[in-house]
Amino acid sequence: MAKRVGMEVSIAAAEAVKQANVDVISAYPITPQTHIVEHLSEIVANGEMDAEFFCVESEHSAMSICIGSEATGARSFTCTSAQGLALMAEMTYIASGLRLPILMIVANRTLSAPLSIWNDHSDAMMIRDCGWVQYFVENGQEVYDHVFISYRLGEDRKVLFPVIINMDGFILSHVIEPIELIEQEKIDQFLPPYQPLHQLHPDKPITMGAFALPAIFAETKKAQEVALRGSMPKILEVWKAFGDMTGRYYQPVETYKAEDAKTLLVTMGSIGETASVAIDKMREQGRSVGLVKIRLWRPFPFEALKQATLHAKNLVVIDRAVSVGGPGGPVASEVKAAIYGEVLRPSIYNFVAGISGRDVAPIDFIKMVDKAEIEIEEGRKDGYEIYGVRE
Amino acid sequence: MTKPESEWTWKELPVGNVILEPGNASSYRTGDWKSFKPILNKELCIHCGLCYIFCPDMAYNLDAEGYFISDLYYCKGCGICSKECPTRAITMVVEEE
Repeated sequence: MAKRVGMEVSIAAAEAVKQANVDVISAYPITPQTHIVEHLSEIVANGEMDAEFFCVESEHSAMSICIGSEATGARSFTCTSAQGLALMAEMTYIASGLRLPILMIVANRTLSAPLSIWNDHSDAMMIRDCGWVQYFVENGQEVYDHVFISYRLGEDRKVLFPVIINMDGFILSHVIEPIELIEQEKIDQFLPPYQPLHQLHPDKPITMGAFALPAIFAETKKAQEVALRGSMPKILEVWKAFGDMTGRYYQPVETYKAEDAKTLLVTMGSIGETASVAIDKMREQGRSVGLVKIRLWRPFPFEALKQATLHAKNLVVIDRAVSVGGPGGPVASEVKAAIYGEVLRPSIYNFVAGISGRDVAPIDFIKMVDKAEIEIEEGRKDGYEIYGVRE
Repeated sequence: MTKPESEWTWKELPVGNVILEPGNASSYRTGDWKSFKPILNKELCIHCGLCYIFCPDMAYNLDAEGYFISDLYYCKGCGICSKECPTRAITMVVEEE
C-alpha cells in the first residue's frame, strides 16, 4: 500500500527525481525553486542517489549541461524560476530541437521588473513556444506524479521531447501537503531505464546540433511541429497507464460541474482548486456555473477544450500573465483560437488575475463571473481586464 | 554519400536532425561561397607551404609536381593564402560564372 506522508511539495518533487533514477542534475538556485535543488543536493551528497550533481554558474549552463548529458544518454533534470528561466531560454529551444527528453520543473514566478519573487505565469509564457511538452499542475501530488509521467512520456521513441512541469511558486512549492508516495518497485516497472534513440558515443560517431541552411530549416520545423502535436495519443496513454497503477487518472482538460453550466470558469494551475470552491458556493445559490481546468499547455489540447466548453454560453478565462500590448492573457488567446472555427461558440471574457502572487480568493472568482456575465449580457462579448487593480 | 539538403522531405529527417553519417561534411561544397579564387603563378612559387599551413579550410593539397594547389570544391575564397604567400605567387581573381 502506498504511503501517504505530509511533506513540503518541493521535497516531494526532489524525492520523485530520486525515485526516477535520474543520472544528472544540474541547477542554479533561485527562489522559489531553491528547496527542490537543495534537497537533491543533500540526497546526492549523502549517497542516497547515484547521480552527478553539477553546481553551475548560471541557468544557461544548467540547461547546457542537461543537453550535453542527455545527448550521451543520461537521464537529466533541472529546475528553475523566472529570471533563471529567462537566462536559460536560449537553451530550451536547443533541447527541444535536438529532441532530448530532459525534465525541468519550473516553480513559476513573476518576471522582473519590478523585481518580484512571487507567483504568476509570466515566466512560463515567455517560453511558451519553445517546443517542450508543458504541463501546469494543480497540487503537490500532481508534481510528484508528473516526474515519473514526464520521463516515461518524453523518453518514448514516439515522443522524444523535453518536458516542463509548471508548478506555482510558493503556492505549491512551499506548502506542506499530504503526498502519496509510490513504492520503488512500481516506479521501476512504470519507468524503465532510458534507451536513447541517438546518443553521443565514440563507437558510433554522429553529429548533433548541426547547421541548417534555409533549404532545409523549414523541413526540420515541420518535423518538430508534427511530432509534438502527434505526441497527444502517447500523452493520454501514459496518463492512462499511470492511472491504472495509482488510481490517479489525469486528463489534458478537466471539468468540474461543467456539463450543464451556462458560464464556465477556465483556469490553469493551482488556482483551479480555489475556483472549484467558488463554483460550489455559486451552485448553492442556484447559479449555472462550472469549471474547466487546463492541465496540458503544449501540445495544446484543442479537441478536449472544445468538448469541455462549446456547450456553454459564456467562458470566463483567468490568466496569470499579461501579453503586454497584445490581445489579453495568453490562455484566453489560445482558447479563442481553439473555438474560432465553430459556428456556435461561447462568448469569452478574459481576466488577468493573481499576478505576482496577489491572492485570488473564492469571492474573487464570484466577482469575476458576476462582472463577465453582465458585460457579455450588455454586448461586450470579447472583454479583457486586469482584475482587482486600484483605480 | 548523403543527398543535398534541398532534396530532403520533412518525413525523411532523422529525429533531432542528427547527422548519422560521420565525416559527411566532406561532401559539402563550400566552394560555392567564393567570389574570388586563388591562382598560383608556379614561376614564383618556392614550395614553402605557407598557403597549405594557413588555409583555414584545409583546401590546399600537395600535387605530384610538389606544388600546393587549392581544391576549388572547398576553397571559400577568403584570400588568406594570397596574403600570406611570401613571393606573392597567389593572386585572387574574380570567379566568373
